[in-house]
Amino acid sequence: MISNLINRKIFTLLKVQYSNMLEYRVEIALWAISGIIPFFMLNIWTNNNLNESINISDVMLSRYFLCAFFVRQFSVVWVVFSFEEDSLLGKVSPYLIQPLNPFFRYFAQHLAEQITRFPFALIIAFFFFIFNPESIWIPNLGILLLSIVSTFLSFLIQFLIQSIVACLCFWTEKASSIERLLFIPTLFLSGLLAPVVSFPAYVKSWIYLTPFPYLIDFPANLLSGNETNISGGLSMQILWIFLLFPLFKKIWSEGTKKYTAMGS
Amino acid sequence: MNLRKYIKVYKKFLHTSLASELEYKTNILVDLITAILSLVGSIFLLSIFFQNNGYIGGWKFEQALIIQAIYTILNGITNTWFNPNLTEIVKHIREGTLDFVLLKPIDSQFFISLKKINPSGFLEIMIGFLLLFLCIRINQIILNLSFLTLSLITISCSICILYSLWFFISTATIWFVKTWNAIEVLRSFLYIGRFPLNSFSFSLRIFFSVFIPIAFITTIPSEVFLGLSVLWKILLEVIVATVFLITSRKFWLFALKFYSSASS
Repeated sequence: MISNLINRKIFTLLKVQYSNMLEYRVEIALWAISGIIPFFMLNIWTNNNLNESINISDVMLSRYFLCAFFVRQFSVVWVVFSFEEDSLLGKVSPYLIQPLNPFFRYFAQHLAEQITRFPFALIIAFFFFIFNPESIWIPNLGILLLSIVSTFLSFLIQFLIQSIVACLCFWTEKASSIERLLFIPTLFLSGLLAPVVSFPAYVKSWIYLTPFPYLIDFPANLLSGNETNISGGLSMQILWIFLLFPLFKKIWSEGTKKYTAMGS
Repeated sequence: MNLRKYIKVYKKFLHTSLASELEYKTNILVDLITAILSLVGSIFLLSIFFQNNGYIGGWKFEQALIIQAIYTILNGITNTWFNPNLTEIVKHIREGTLDFVLLKPIDSQFFISLKKINPSGFLEIMIGFLLLFLCIRINQIILNLSFLTLSLITISCSICILYSLWFFISTATIWFVKTWNAIEVLRSFLYIGRFPLNSFSFSLRIFFSVFIPIAFITTIPSEVFLGLSVLWKILLEVIVATVFLITSRKFWLFALKFYSSASS
């Protein structure tokens, strides 16, 4: 009974958000294009033969960056910006009355956006293969499934981190600047611009303890068939989710107590 | 069109927007940390590229640092003026408030491009200059008058090109209403301005000098600093900047003909 109710709620939310997202398909296409930085990086790597020093062939590196592009496409999170806007405009109050955590709404929004984005990402990948026909490969089904799971876990980690930041909106008006701050280490350490293998030893010694390499580097390595520790990576992802989730619940309950509606 | 009136109006703009931005003091601190971190991150990325290579696209590490410095200065300028103002155009058009701007007895492009200011960008500009002075010391560049004029000319041309690019995309909103993400695309393309143009493959080099002249924005000023620049390149940059500025003006006047206010 209860699970049926939850299913129906999630299904309805998804359906509403998907049709909402379809309205903005041009926007989403543009957003997909804005994610092509990994390809520029690939160009620098291969054009200057930088990959020889890290023992990755041109083909493997181009697959890596293509997968990094894909993983990034399906793990983009912007919940803090939506939540900030909603909380500044006072839209959070009606959401709080509903018997559903408002973050489910944002969660459905993100999932719906990913579904809308999927065809555009495929088109970009298609163009990538036209320019780099030698890097075409078909991952086997098990690996594909595992990398979808790990991409989703990476999305969950980022969603939880951003939701925690978003809850800071209850205390300060501009939580998004904190998010922009957090985005910098994510950009440079996650493997989007350079694979983590290529990092100098003094960074590699501690980086695997942080969540960053599990956001892009790990799923991208998994999907592209580069060497990686599958069980270790997945368990670290799950561990981070288990660490972040209680933190989110705590800050959410503290925040809603602190929340005062507009005009009160 | 008298200059004194515009200077007076600009002083008022400065006063009001500084007053409102200084309300969020911690925000400025967070933005400062973000700027420093993103510079550190880029230098870290560069150091990965130079780990086992002495040269990238014919540039040494110390020389490539100049590009980072100039990028940081230009990015600071973008964050101070272009970003807060030109993203506002999107809002003006969507909410129909552009009418109020057009009715004012003042040039609309002036009003729209300079209304707001974000003081945290100043700090980024200062960081950029600090790095630039450091680079001048490291590369043992001799300062003289002709060098100073040339670098001033090229940097101001870069600013003009950058402004025009932002302005073009924001003006396109008149037709497409929601081009928020087009700005994201521009941002991600501008990101490659952090690297010397020669480090990219031939086709990308053509793309970034003909279609989107990012090449001109950072690489040519840096070449001037290193004394590598040839006269025709500088002349070309001046021409490109003038063409861009004039076209952006024409484009704005042209686009306004298509603007219909909210209720018409």
